[in-house]
Amino acid sequence: MIEVRELRGVGVGTGVVVGPVLHVSRQTAAAPTDARSALGADAELARAREALASVSAQLRERAAGADEATRDVLEAQALMTDDPELIASVERHLGSGVTAEKAVADAFGEFAALLADAGEYFAERAADLHDLSDRAVAALQGRSTELVVDPGHPYVLVARDLAPADTAVLDLDRVLAFVTSEGGPTSHTAILARQRGIVAIVGAVGVEGLPDGTQVIVDAERGRVWVDPDAAELADAEARIAARQAAADAPAGPGALADGTPVKLLANVGKPGEAAEAVRLGAEGVGLFRTEFLFLDRLTTAPSVADQQESYREVLAAFPGKRVVVRLLDAGADKPLAFLSPGEEENPALGQRGLRALRASASVLADQLTALAGAQAQTEAELWVMAPMVATVEETAFITRAIHDAGIRTAGVMVEIPSVALIADRVLSRTDFASIGTNDLTQYTMAADRQLGSVAALQDPWHPAVLRLVKEVGAAGAALGKPVGVCGEAAADPLLAVVLTGLGVTSLSMSPTALADVRVSLARHTLDDARAIAEAALAADEAADAREAARAAADTITAGR
Amino acid sequence: MERTVTIASGHGLHARPAKLFTQAVAASGHQVTIARPEGKAVNAASILGIIAAGFENGDEVVLNVEGDDAERVLDELSEFLTTDHDEAAG
Repeated sequence: MIEVRELRGVGVGTGVVVGPVLHVSRQTAAAPTDARSALGADAELARAREALASVSAQLRERAAGADEATRDVLEAQALMTDDPELIASVERHLGSGVTAEKAVADAFGEFAALLADAGEYFAERAADLHDLSDRAVAALQGRSTELVVDPGHPYVLVARDLAPADTAVLDLDRVLAFVTSEGGPTSHTAILARQRGIVAIVGAVGVEGLPDGTQVIVDAERGRVWVDPDAAELADAEARIAARQAAADAPAGPGALADGTPVKLLANVGKPGEAAEAVRLGAEGVGLFRTEFLFLDRLTTAPSVADQQESYREVLAAFPGKRVVVRLLDAGADKPLAFLSPGEEENPALGQRGLRALRASASVLADQLTALAGAQAQTEAELWVMAPMVATVEETAFITRAIHDAGIRTAGVMVEIPSVALIADRVLSRTDFASIGTNDLTQYTMAADRQLGSVAALQDPWHPAVLRLVKEVGAAGAALGKPVGVCGEAAADPLLAVVLTGLGVTSLSMSPTALADVRVSLARHTLDDARAIAEAALAADEAADAREAARAAADTITAGR
Repeated sequence: MERTVTIASGHGLHARPAKLFTQAVAASGHQVTIARPEGKAVNAASILGIIAAGFENGDEVVLNVEGDDAERVLDELSEFLTTDHDEAAG
């Protein structure tokens, strides 16, 4: 047997752990046969109903103890197991004289095939159905569907993939890391790892071959599992773990590069209640406060000035003396609002959305600015206000004047449309700051709908075309002495954060849980390093090449010290 | 009794909105179907049927409710479908 020393997969986060492997799987059902039922259709139907009810009850029980996101998934799965059409299908299959096991498996299979045909998103739901089918058939066969794991010590959990019903019963405090042989960055395992801050590598083909108890280093930052590491590898891993721990324990000072160049680390906030969590995780302020939540549940009218002012005040009050960047209402496209909606559009992403929609409803814009100015007067925060979906210098001048006229000192624009990135020098000369929304900037640069799975591969902010646009904005900001931030997913990627800084970005805003990893990554590189790493990424042809080139450049620089 | 409404949830009638909708249908205690105009009617209490039908944001759908009090149930379910149940993405 060839000894496996190293496995590759997709890392989640940047953590490193060392520990023993433990395979986790529950008993799976035996494949049902075509054998004819000796009990008759009525008795088989009663068995099927009982098995489905027991699976559904188990799911609901686990849902009750789970966090909100997992609860939604488990409740949906319980509803699928109870589905009246599923029972009807089981009954139809029983009509041909088969057993309940066979009828249940075929009924689930019928719906899974229907979903698998319907596209990428549905293929994941089809995987849910296979899991439910297996649980129901196992119940009919008298097998336990419980996942029993308690080795009594911390372990590296190895599995094919994990279903929500499995992870809901795991004692996650014992789990050092997840390593799965299947699944991608959007699998349930990866999502759970991100939520809980657990080190994980998904899609690590070959991991299923490692015996229980094998010592491994799980290195999420590099997407590698090192098997039976030698003393030198262990020492290196332990040094990195200690460095990460020290950085996490150190009071979260202001974000900075290794040479002291400040890079403000800010939080993206979608609701007033999220501000406290952002402060706890060391955010130096808010880089993107989305205001849509106030408007989304409203069908016909905008919220009153007083209601808005109270919500804004709540967020601003959490950040005395600190910057809070509020984005004006970004309606349209994926977030249509009845009272602002332009009606049917062939291409809503290219239609009357963002600032365009606000200009068409002068009273909504005026009310929002009045409420923001009111909240500014009630708090000590440094309020910055910016407009979404700005395409021209004229729009920049218009909204900057409107914000200033409302009594708000600092006005800016979001860079989401390539036009304003390309003439960033002229745009920035007419306003106070720019904030790059990398999700939309990538969508518009690559002409790839953010919400369409079939073009998801093009929606990658590492693409050199997107990076070149960021460089234009960064250079214009540096020349004019105006701040340039990034507030998209890109800012939360620890390596891309370094690249963005090298391109001239002066602040990064992200979901608060990403702050610690980005802070550590920035502290490893000087501004000159960041510029060299950015140059390496810019010189690539493709997004994946840019990521590899930046990684190689960063490793070379760190190794040279 | 029938009514035509437009689906408002940002990601259509999948995942969480599909779950909430079938729960609302089941809670009404009425026989309810949902269909595209001229399309095949799906049992609205079936989460599998709803997900497989793939109703998207902006789709017009025809709701059909039978029995007493159908108008009130139609009002409630229409209101549900014309509200966005997905959080805004960045």
